Amino acid sequence: MTPHRISPSPSGKLDGANYMSILVYTESEQGKFKKTAFEVASYAKAVASQLGTTVTAIAINVNDTSALGNYGVDKVLNVKNIELEKFNANAFASVIKQAAEKEGTKVVIISSSADSKYLAPLLAVGLNAGYASNVVEVPSSSSPFTVKRTAFTNKAFENTQINTDVKIVGVSNNSHGLVENSGSASAEDFSPSIPELKVKVESVDKATDKVTIADAEIVVSGGRGLKGPENWGMIEELADVLGAATACSKPVSDLGWRPHSEHVGQTGKPVASNLYIAIGISGAIQHLAGINASKVKVVINTDPEAPFFKAADYGVVGDAFQVVPELIEKLKAFKAEQ
Amino acid sequence: MKILVCISHVPDTTSKINFMDGDTKFDTNGVQFVINPNDEFGLTRAMWFKEKQGATVTVVNVGGAQTEPTLRKALAIGADAAIRVNTLATDGFSVAKQLANVVKDGGYDLVIAGRESIDYNGCMVPGMLAGLTGANFINNCIALEVDGTAAKATREIDGGKETVSTSLPLVIGGQKGLVNESDLRIPNMRGIMMARKKPLTVVEAVDANAETTSVSFEKPAPKGAVTLVSPDNLDELVNLLHNEAKVI
Ligand SMILES: Cc1cc2nc3c(=O)[nH]c(=O)nc-3n(C[C@H](O)[C@H](O)[C@H](O)COP(=O)(O)OP(=O)(O)OC[C@H]3O[C@@H](n4cnc5c(N)ncnc54)[C@H](O)[C@@H]3O)c2cc1C
Ligand SMILES: Nc1ncnc2c1ncn2[C@@H]1O[C@H](COP(=O)(O)O)[C@@H](O)[C@H]1O
Repeated sequence: MTPHRISPSPSGKLDGANYMSILVYTESEQGKFKKTAFEVASYAKAVASQLGTTVTAIAINVNDTSALGNYGVDKVLNVKNIELEKFNANAFASVIKQAAEKEGTKVVIISSSADSKYLAPLLAVGLNAGYASNVVEVPSSSSPFTVKRTAFTNKAFENTQINTDVKIVGVSNNSHGLVENSGSASAEDFSPSIPELKVKVESVDKATDKVTIADAEIVVSGGRGLKGPENWGMIEELADVLGAATACSKPVSDLGWRPHSEHVGQTGKPVASNLYIAIGISGAIQHLAGINASKVKVVINTDPEAPFFKAADYGVVGDAFQVVPELIEKLKAFKAEQ
Repeated sequence: MKILVCISHVPDTTSKINFMDGDTKFDTNGVQFVINPNDEFGLTRAMWFKEKQGATVTVVNVGGAQTEPTLRKALAIGADAAIRVNTLATDGFSVAKQLANVVKDGGYDLVIAGRESIDYNGCMVPGMLAGLTGANFINNCIALEVDGTAAKATREIDGGKETVSTSLPLVIGGQKGLVNESDLRIPNMRGIMMARKKPLTVVEAVDANAETTSVSFEKPAPKGAVTLVSPDNLDELVNLLHNEAKVI
């Protein structure tokens, strides 16, 4: 395996001088930054430090952008436009492109949210930029610009070189974390032109009171071992106590016990949470592939031979119908003490 | 309506992933290849358009001759014709460039691709293809209806879904939901026989520079052994998650 270090360019110095400010797209929802915004800002700051440059953020319809200063952002380009109230990949890509061109940016950082992954390839074409998605570390080398990303659905990592002048890095959720950086960000109004919207949002159906699998730090997931949809009450209660999102294995969604949007794994949603709790899930290779990026995995299963025990950090061999209610009580007691 | 379905030829989901040549190449020894799962949902939806709305369906892959059995399988499922662009797929952008050329030549109204391939996981080919051809683009598409040149789709978003309206020409990044798992078709004997007679055209590649280069691969560090906690001692689990793993 080729070792990759933060290596100086052939001329012997980091070629940061060639890098104008890094641009980071900080996502928001209803006027407030999403957690991923602070993670990508932290990542952008780390890359900027490597390259010896500053961080500029672009924020769309955010009321108060000052929090970005705490994560290393030097300047914020503030876009306020009611046409951008609902997400539109083409329009958002165009806005970010105009910001990148205005700043002369060579490196654009985005998250791995569904929206960012939607706009990224359009932005890449617009900027003639090479794009690497699912990146899990800061660049191992700035020249050639090399990043480590997941491939083969988390069964491997790929070191990828981006060869173009402008580069787009999609940071994998929860891979870098939040890094506080005392500072303050100056704000500047930015009024890009908005292209005609050719994909129109007719209606949005979204539970606003629930943590999403993409944003969750903890995910509680149930499998076929739970026998039927009527038994999900305890899964939801456990998730509630932990402030977690709920998820399920593929057969559970195929059987209609839970909505498809909760299906996680290789053919469902990827999970990269801090804690993943699998209850009544056997641990098939396709399931594990999708959730392996989670940092800590707990399995609760009656069968000590279930493959999930080989992939988990902590395991309880036991009946979910006894273990889960008891665990809920223990956690409630623990939370009450905190 | 002329539909083009982009088919990525990927290792079966149960494959063990290994590398060779100093970890620079995927080792295909003993690996079974299949139609990328997201593309199979899209292909099956295309069959619905063919049967209910009289669409013609062409499948395309950018790859070497080794991908032809995968294209033949798509023909056996019911596609009318197949195209293979004869070049190895090196990066998402160069693949999108080849596909854009196929789209321009064929005048397709609707391009159905998958949200993501399970090998490269780029999540980039359909969007880049839309960007290069100027077509409208809907990603994470879980339902699609076409009426004349108008299209209505449902897109999965973080925490829910949204319905959108747009018009052809259109590229989608599709996934499960376009059709259900139970709608997927296993080719029957008649389908397999017919597939042999359907056209599989090999076209030469156009010039396309790769924007990214794969340098090397690594496998995740092997996992340590699991710490088992007795079901009678769940306080210990709470304690470990709090004090050792520091996740609650
Ligand atoms: C192409 C392809 C793609 C796939 N993609 C995915 C994917 O994305 N995601 C996915 O999840 N699967 C996927 N699968 C399916 C996968 O192979 C497995 O079939 C599936 O993950 C099994 O789901 P399960 O663990 O819920 O059910 P099972 O395998 O039936 O496991 C149930 C488990 O529950 C345990 N159990 C039973 N009773 C109890 C109890 N009272 N308390 C505790 N435990 C109990 C059992 O011991 C068993 O281990 C895919 C398969 C294919 C072929
Ligand atoms: N070599 C290829 N040939 C044809 N279609 C492809 C190829 N690679 C990717 N695609 C399409 O693009 C989708 C997304 O792939 P990716 O960008 O690699 O995640 C796949 O689901 C396919 O529909």
